[in-house]
Amino acid sequence: MASNPVIPKTIGTRVKRREDPRLITGQATYVDDLRLPGMLYLSVLRSMYAHAKLGKIDTSKAKALPGVVAVVTGADLKGKVGPVPCPAAMPELKMPEQPVLAIGKVRYVGEPVAAVVATSAYVARDALDLIEVDYDPLEAAVDVEKAAETGAPVLYDEFGDNVAFRAPVANPAVDEAFKKADRVVKLRIEQQRVIPMAMEPRGVVAQWDRGQKSLTVWSSTQIPHLLRSQLAESFKLPEIKVRVIAPEVGGGFGAKLNVYREELLVPYLSMTLGKPVKWTQARREDMAATTHGRGQVEYVELACKNDGTMTAMRCKIYADLGAYLQFFTAGIAGFTSLLMHGCYKIPAIAWETIGVFTNKMSTDAYRGAGRPEAAFMAERMADEVAAELGLDPVAVRRKNFIPKEAFPYATPGGLMFDSGDYEKSLAKALEIVGYDKLRKEQAELRKQGKYIGIGVSTYLEICGLGPSVLLPPKLKAGGWESSTVRMDPGGTVTVLTGASPHGQGQETSFAQIVSDQLGVGLDDVLVLHGDTAIVQAGVGTFGSRGTALGGTALVMALEKVKTKIKSIASHMMESPPDNLELGGGNVFLKGSPDKALPLAKVVEAAFGMKAGIPNLEPGLEATSYYEPNNCLYPFGAHIAVVEVDADTGQVKFRRYVAVDDCGNQINPMLVEGQVHGGIAQGVGQAMFEAAVYDESGQLVSGSLMDYAVPKAAMIPTLELDSTVTPTPVNPLGVKGVGEAGTIGSTPAVVNAVIDALRPLGVKTIDMPLWPEKVWRAIQAAKGGKS
Amino acid sequence: MRKVTITVNGERQASEIEPRLLLVHYLRDVLGLTGTHVGCETSLCGACTVRLNGDAVKSCTVLAVQADGGEVTTIEGLAANGKLHALQDGFWEEHGLQCGYCTPGMIMAASQLLERNPNPSDDEIRHGLEGNLCRCTGYQHIVNAVKHAAKKLSAAR
Repeated sequence: MASNPVIPKTIGTRVKRREDPRLITGQATYVDDLRLPGMLYLSVLRSMYAHAKLGKIDTSKAKALPGVVAVVTGADLKGKVGPVPCPAAMPELKMPEQPVLAIGKVRYVGEPVAAVVATSAYVARDALDLIEVDYDPLEAAVDVEKAAETGAPVLYDEFGDNVAFRAPVANPAVDEAFKKADRVVKLRIEQQRVIPMAMEPRGVVAQWDRGQKSLTVWSSTQIPHLLRSQLAESFKLPEIKVRVIAPEVGGGFGAKLNVYREELLVPYLSMTLGKPVKWTQARREDMAATTHGRGQVEYVELACKNDGTMTAMRCKIYADLGAYLQFFTAGIAGFTSLLMHGCYKIPAIAWETIGVFTNKMSTDAYRGAGRPEAAFMAERMADEVAAELGLDPVAVRRKNFIPKEAFPYATPGGLMFDSGDYEKSLAKALEIVGYDKLRKEQAELRKQGKYIGIGVSTYLEICGLGPSVLLPPKLKAGGWESSTVRMDPGGTVTVLTGASPHGQGQETSFAQIVSDQLGVGLDDVLVLHGDTAIVQAGVGTFGSRGTALGGTALVMALEKVKTKIKSIASHMMESPPDNLELGGGNVFLKGSPDKALPLAKVVEAAFGMKAGIPNLEPGLEATSYYEPNNCLYPFGAHIAVVEVDADTGQVKFRRYVAVDDCGNQINPMLVEGQVHGGIAQGVGQAMFEAAVYDESGQLVSGSLMDYAVPKAAMIPTLELDSTVTPTPVNPLGVKGVGEAGTIGSTPAVVNAVIDALRPLGVKTIDMPLWPEKVWRAIQAAKGGKS
Repeated sequence: MRKVTITVNGERQASEIEPRLLLVHYLRDVLGLTGTHVGCETSLCGACTVRLNGDAVKSCTVLAVQADGGEVTTIEGLAANGKLHALQDGFWEEHGLQCGYCTPGMIMAASQLLERNPNPSDDEIRHGLEGNLCRCTGYQHIVNAVKHAAKKLSAAR
């Protein structure tokens, strides 16, 4: 393409975010910032018991409080609203009904029991204290393995036990390989529950328009269009009568990729009371009653030869589902089993996944959703193989990598890896960190009784999510994404995207794509999202899919618009469309940028219709839907260097190097931001965070006082670099980077700590690596116990 | 109900309020200044940080009546004459925010940090912002943003 003197290409450059001016000046509008005339406020009474029979609920005192408009319980709502929709389906999955407010029984601490609507938020909260609930406490099923046993307290009497599903995938080749193996390494891994904790808790505002018989719902959600479909179905309204708006959304991380009880309750009450109703979640409600992440216990076995070649792998996964099934609750562990082999060419794998109901909040997608668990399994096992055979962990990885010539690579789990060069990112990370030198330093320091550890993690993940068959069968949309490109009569461009970004920065990166393709300035592009009345259709932002899928839909729509622009210009320039190109705000003859027609003239012709072009359809607008034919598989190498104080168990970071490969990068600054944030969450799980329930099912880490979201001083300075291995799956060559940092970092940190303590005989420590746990592991190893 | 007079972003505001009304709700619900966010209601996350008589405070655990007669600066009052404050500029330049929810509180806390320590090290910034959580950025770009602002402010001095 001819060089463009007017508007420089922006793809691949660090363009400042177009979202930021409103956010840094306090002018953005989140759900809780909405104020509608006559608005009422909802507050939810939640169960303080993990498992109890519900007796009488006396709401009379609450109803008598001045300012209270309505108080409702499960009995009031039965048959009128709910259950909460769940699109999950798999063979023999037990599917409990999730009422909007508890009926008969409560099954987790934080389960909604009653709700108050009042004229002010303060009064609504006051009234909660006046509701009297008779609970008859039952023993709780808390530990996932015990809950799966017969004789455990049962959540649903009608099911007989707590096992929601068993998904065994046997493979005779695996048994054979294990028989022939030189060595077998085994590990029990706990993937503790963590709390996503988006800075903005959830919130819902609903307004029922009596005249139009239409419902508008503002929700802090990642999936406005899916939510609309579910609301329409739940309320038996045509979709044209339901509008969902995701205004500014303060983070999601997978926890807002759902339809929650309150998203039905608030609209229902607005419809019943005829007034707008607002619910804003308090932080402790968020921690108890927004989906949690992870929550698996895994038994992993790996067969290998004496030279470190991995020959087979199998695992048994107990998936702690919590009390109810949300959108992806039952599906997360599927990703784990499919990707348990990581970047390694392991010919045969087998697994058994056991989904178990427990008296806890549901687990569901959390940044990585099943893939962090898989990468952790593969990367911990790679280190165990190295330790078992006395090999260097890097050498074991290199021996087993799927080589770059092997792509596209058909995995033993039935996936098709698109592209990869695992050696390249590893080599770069090793060079940056100075691996060989570090190993020597480590040996020297050990002589002085100082324990530093080097943790390597060469992860891969699956993202994009489609193709559509990967999404739950009963979901009303597939794994596609859509985009509209509309040129305006004044020459500006409006983009409507079905991706619903909430911090990722697509208002900027998508404007970059438009600017480069049409040759218009960034200031002339507006990217709109998150409103079902504005955006034609969409699926949402999750699974690192925003740019790969939304961006590709955008490119497809741009192609159509460009074709029309060239067709109009071809008449005006008397040259075949194929000879024309766009750039610098002009349409010009290929190779002759001086023979140019201003794009503005084409726009004028398309809208003014006075250029005398025969059969011209007015306007310059196109919509495209993109259904991918494969997923995307980003990868990378993370290396953590830590120092462990063997006397106290304190872990300190010395270095953290990450080399990620997400294919082509539209805006490297945004990529960096995603990786930084991802690593912080992965480090959080490795070192600090745990949703802890006690034996009675009480959430003891239910506030920020007890749940350690990392603070600035707890995260090391990150040294980032990248390699670029474009995907052949989409025209942008982009893969996705939202979750990569989380997936790569957790095993790097844990491997580093274990690596530091190997000389002391420590083989494994379950996350989070709190000083006390590290110290205890050291003491146990010293005492001869492992 | 109680009468309070509070100067917010340079404007004197007289209101009748419930004595139990939190400062953050006074700002958001009475004055409509929704740039200050609520993230935890227990002064742990820092999203609600504003300046009260010069001090950075968590407005979710200050009663509005405690601010009676005082001066409050919120994120809306930080830009002077339509020109972004060096910190706002720094956060924009250095990609110090993603979802933006913690950002107003983070910027207000950083503004006090830079007044107390105009040339902080990375470590001092990280410790100085200990009262403010961010779940998106991993903090590194926030540290860069504060350094960016520090440089700009000392150049202007």
